[in-house]
Amino acid sequence: MLEILLDATVRAGTPILFATLGAIINERAGIINLGIEGLMLIGALAGFSGTYLSGSLLVGVLAAFCATFAAGSIHAFITVQLRGNQIVSGLALTMFGIGITALFGKEMVGQTIVGFKRLAIPGFSQIPIIGRAFFNQDLLIYFSFLLVFLIWFFFYRTRWGLGVRSVGENPAAADTCGFSVSKYRFLAVSTGSGLVGIGGAYLSLASTPMWIENMSAGRGWIAVALVIFAGWSSPKAMLGAYLFGGITAMQLRFQAMGTTVSAHILQMLPYFFTILVLVISTLRLQKGASQQPEGLGLPYDREDRK
Amino acid sequence: MKLVIERREISSALLRFSAPIASIAVALFVAGFLLLASGVSPLAAYKEIIIESLGSLYGLSETLVKTTPLIFAGLGVSLAFRMQIWNIGAEGQIYVGAMGATWVALFSGIQNHWLMMTAMFFAAFFCGGLWAGVAGFLRARWRVNEVIVTLLMNYIAILWVDYLIYGPWKDPKGFNFPLTAQFGDAARLAEYFNTRMHSGFFLALFCALLLYLFIERTVWGYEIKVIGSNQKAAQYAGMNTGIAIFFVLFLSGAIAGLAGFSEVAGLQHRLQHGLSPGYGYTAIIIAWLAKRSAIGVVIVSFLMGVLLVGGDSLQLLWQLPVAFVYAFQGLILFFLLASDFFIIYRVKRVKGIAHA
Repeated sequence: MLEILLDATVRAGTPILFATLGAIINERAGIINLGIEGLMLIGALAGFSGTYLSGSLLVGVLAAFCATFAAGSIHAFITVQLRGNQIVSGLALTMFGIGITALFGKEMVGQTIVGFKRLAIPGFSQIPIIGRAFFNQDLLIYFSFLLVFLIWFFFYRTRWGLGVRSVGENPAAADTCGFSVSKYRFLAVSTGSGLVGIGGAYLSLASTPMWIENMSAGRGWIAVALVIFAGWSSPKAMLGAYLFGGITAMQLRFQAMGTTVSAHILQMLPYFFTILVLVISTLRLQKGASQQPEGLGLPYDREDRK
Repeated sequence: MKLVIERREISSALLRFSAPIASIAVALFVAGFLLLASGVSPLAAYKEIIIESLGSLYGLSETLVKTTPLIFAGLGVSLAFRMQIWNIGAEGQIYVGAMGATWVALFSGIQNHWLMMTAMFFAAFFCGGLWAGVAGFLRARWRVNEVIVTLLMNYIAILWVDYLIYGPWKDPKGFNFPLTAQFGDAARLAEYFNTRMHSGFFLALFCALLLYLFIERTVWGYEIKVIGSNQKAAQYAGMNTGIAIFFVLFLSGAIAGLAGFSEVAGLQHRLQHGLSPGYGYTAIIIAWLAKRSAIGVVIVSFLMGVLLVGGDSLQLLWQLPVAFVYAFQGLILFFLLASDFFIIYRVKRVKGIAHA
């Protein structure tokens, strides 16, 4: 029972994990991205279409990355080069994503593909309780484990990661040190968006191997809130994403058991908990030293430098 | 030769006025390619939109029907914008507003028409207000991000209404469809000229006028503007920003909630699934395009009404999904943000090596 629940937790949490990691990369560079929800949809559709047309899951994942990289570049161009309002641009990206996937996804509704299969890691997958959840999963989930480590390594052990962090914390100082603020911010936004797209592709290639209009159902917004919960750190993002995976898994479990509680009420739980978690993590943030990037949300103009 | 960006000393009024119009035009142009890609001739589609929404008295009345909830929701969102507060939850506030009004219509037992209308009006007002007020309280008390809270509460509001209409409020004679029983005559707004147009439209215009007077002619309106432009200065001047933030989000949600009242009392006469096809999200664009002016909200709401009525007919004619309108709205916002750049900055070509 616990084993099954844990397995469902990881599977439900993975799309949110990719999206949260992508959002963290955006915000570390100082750009708020409220387009996550739209990007997930674009990723889901691009991933599904790519796989449907080519028959290869790898092509689908690459297509999802490239499509959302491109869509994220719109947000990057408007907020970085044109110094536009980050909140409005992100909302525009979400609307654009919902609309364009509805338009181009029409042909894909009802089509089927063969989704990602489980791949047991010999030995490890036999470990009681956690073996099934962590070592008998599909390739994208293993990739997400690796990504959590890689992003941590990138931010704290590489020069480029330092650059991303510093343009997010204090762009004027980073500029003085010779980091190109616009280049770092642009690439962080578009690459981060690309990862969000893989999260979307997980929905249409692994969770339920089909395309459904608006299939992300608010997961992108949950990811935006989880960034704050995670304190902009990738290992904590994993914890947060699985917390929500767990709530979703339990909600589905309740429904399957046929409780008398209305399905609509159960479906509210993830959103309700997100708000709760957001309040708690905001309170925690104010008590200790804030991990929030100092330059978050502020456009950088060299002429404003003091 | 090199391109150099420099700040304009003054941004001309002409530029500021023409930028939104230019961005809509460019968005139309780019959306044309999206239409082409899905096999629809853009010119035919645009012609269809204009003819359907403005070409006949009936079409015009349908446009005003869609304009009505947009004005309410747009006013609500733009009021919060005034104070640099983001109310992204107008969609949910419409739903809970409609729920409040429906509760009064179905279960209060009031017979008198005017009494019923007043009760439904205030039920929607307070439900919408309290719904947004939660985000307002969290923001004012603990600085919790109101963008995420208002947005997530949309999902909760829609699920809550679904719960009611699939469960306790379901019409026993409704053949199991997710909707409540129809309202009695006392709970319906007046309709005109044998069309679906109802008095909610005039209520919305009146609301716009009231809000304009509130912002421009009262002390509270002045405080909202001051806090919006410089919160620290406002605090220094002795204004209580916490209470103001709660109050503005409450009022913002309350006005958006009125859209729910006018939809159920004037048009749908029952609570049903999908009662708002995203008016609350369109309201964000309306508020941004209107640049915070109440009169601007009315004008832009009408433009969006044209687009929504046109979008419906595109769906009927070419089976385009209704959500296509979202793609178009997203494009408008993108180009609007881009045009803001050209209002503040100019791009100059410099010959030779630029020392910048």
